[in-house]
Amino acid sequence: MTHVIEVRGLRREFGDFVAVRDVDFDVERGEIFGYLGANGAGKSTTIRMLSGLLAPSGGRATVAGHDVGSDPIAVKRSIGYMSQKFSLYRDLTAQENLEFFGGIYGMAGATLRRAIDRACERTGLADEHRKAMTGALPGGTRQRLALTSALLHEPPIVFLDEPTAGVDPASRRAFWRLIRELADGGTTVFVTTHYMDEAEYCARIGLMVDGVLVALDTPAALKARYVPGETYAFTGRDLHAARERTLSLPGVLAAEPFGARVHVRFAEGHADPDMIARHLTEGGGRVDRVERVEASLEDVFLAVVGEAA
Amino acid sequence: MRRFAQRVLALSSKEVRHVVRDPRSLYLALGMPVVMILLFGFGVSFDLDRLPVAFVDHDASATTRALRQRLTASADLSDAGLSTSVAEAERRMIAGEVVAVVVFPPGFEARLRRGQRADVQLLIDGADNNTAVQVRAKTEAALRVLGLSASAQAVNAGKPPVSARSWTRFNPEARSAVFLVPGIAAYVLAIVAVLLTALTVAREWERGSMAQLFATPVGRLEIVIGKLLPYVALGALAVLLVLAVGTTVFDVPFRGSPLALAVLSILFLAGMLGQGLMISVITRNQMVATQAGALSSMLPSMLLSGFVFPIENMPAPLQAVSAIVPARYYVDGLRAILLRGAGLDTLWPQALALLAFAAVTVAISTARFRRVVA
Repeated sequence: MTHVIEVRGLRREFGDFVAVRDVDFDVERGEIFGYLGANGAGKSTTIRMLSGLLAPSGGRATVAGHDVGSDPIAVKRSIGYMSQKFSLYRDLTAQENLEFFGGIYGMAGATLRRAIDRACERTGLADEHRKAMTGALPGGTRQRLALTSALLHEPPIVFLDEPTAGVDPASRRAFWRLIRELADGGTTVFVTTHYMDEAEYCARIGLMVDGVLVALDTPAALKARYVPGETYAFTGRDLHAARERTLSLPGVLAAEPFGARVHVRFAEGHADPDMIARHLTEGGGRVDRVERVEASLEDVFLAVVGEAA
Repeated sequence: MRRFAQRVLALSSKEVRHVVRDPRSLYLALGMPVVMILLFGFGVSFDLDRLPVAFVDHDASATTRALRQRLTASADLSDAGLSTSVAEAERRMIAGEVVAVVVFPPGFEARLRRGQRADVQLLIDGADNNTAVQVRAKTEAALRVLGLSASAQAVNAGKPPVSARSWTRFNPEARSAVFLVPGIAAYVLAIVAVLLTALTVAREWERGSMAQLFATPVGRLEIVIGKLLPYVALGALAVLLVLAVGTTVFDVPFRGSPLALAVLSILFLAGMLGQGLMISVITRNQMVATQAGALSSMLPSMLLSGFVFPIENMPAPLQAVSAIVPARYYVDGLRAILLRGAGLDTLWPQALALLAFAAVTVAISTARFRRVVA
């Protein structure tokens, strides 16, 4: 396995504020690398440094073999970048946007036409959408178009900054299928997101808190380390009080509200779903449907942030 | 180099598409100049005609009667009748009935016959400066024409028998359109360049597409050139349009060097584009850029360029301010080229001033650009 991204002691300061504090990691070729963190945790600053948009204040990073500090132009040539905010031109057609970005990468004529066709085929952008005015495309198709334009020059690495923000769930799922296909084809995908369910698709995840990379591993390893034990979910009436009472049960590590349910996590070997129901019903409450659930990355996130705070 | 050209071309053709999709900037760039020149040329003309003139004829000869008739034969001046004395004519001027008095001294015809110099006295109401200047120009022009024809009849054709103290050259009839056209060209070019540049760059910031552009290998210089080229073309087209309407509809002469015109226009355009760029890099917001662009281009190029108000008549502080208004040098240069037939040999100071302004604005905006991006 080769490292297409190598980051060593990467740091960025804005005045007295340290946005990214001495971060180290490597990304493998063809990997989907997820970067998670709250707003302002340093995700975007990191991605902007790695894509040659922002010079690091300290440390170093190479992307596709090019140093981001000393040769940002070479970095920009070897990456595709899709920004957080949809930033193609709404008053041009999809095809015109693609022609423009292809031209920016120095393509013209037949080469450009072939590159556009190939990229559209990869992302499944339909002909009828290519002719449409960009501003009139639905959100999911727009994201697909933005990805297509980032792939025109066939970069070995793509940086996707919150690519699915504001996109409906079906389109999000389709988009992630696309990302997986890209990675299967050998393209390295570096993606930031704050949708925890999406993070599950990543091969590895880095978690940033206040500019520090506090955790980095596969989703399964992160769950095993930060949310050990067994997690049960229950629903019922008066969940708030029920959650409070659960905390006094033996072996309970945590109890968190989770949508319309409460997640209770027991230390290994202490789990007893019957006990939950019994205990809570005794207090005059009512509990339905106690079931074993997989720990989610949201649990991990909460545990990590809690630990770091 | 080929890549450079390709990227610039890609940016320019995209910009052209923006303009075509939203042709408001086309209307602004090409419609406004035509409307303005027609408005100024026909409607808001500073020309006055049928100005009432009184006569005092102490000579009462056939020659003075003929002169009086011919002076008021054109549409410029109208005969407000004979006054018996200068004092009476002055009273009519104070009452506002006449704007000028022409006095023929006694012995006028006799002096002419002897081939001597014969003077005509001209009293002008200076209360309205514009009117005064025009009355003087028109009367003198008329006297000059008559003087020349009189000289042919004169016995001794040595020197012109009727003397007019000044001679307005290059725009003898002092027509507004002739000196307004250069001003309109500067005004329109300033607005088009500053406003459209400020808007187009600010729009990229506002929509986040500038950030997307910076993530590609495109250089800042390529962005600037690529985005501005279409507007340079549009500006050049606007200038040509103004000149075409000026020369065909209003008979504005074009006596000077086309090269000087091209050089001054491009330098002026560069300065205005630099100004627009500076505004957009600093504001990064379409709303603010529009207002700052409009204010900083329209007002100085209208008020401080000599377009409407002569710079020499301004108070000293305003004259000092006008020294840094590029439109001033452009209007000056254009008038020299169109009306006086000047070339670069005499207009290099104007060209240098325009170059300096362009260099400063482009330098400031590039510096800001770099800081913003880094």
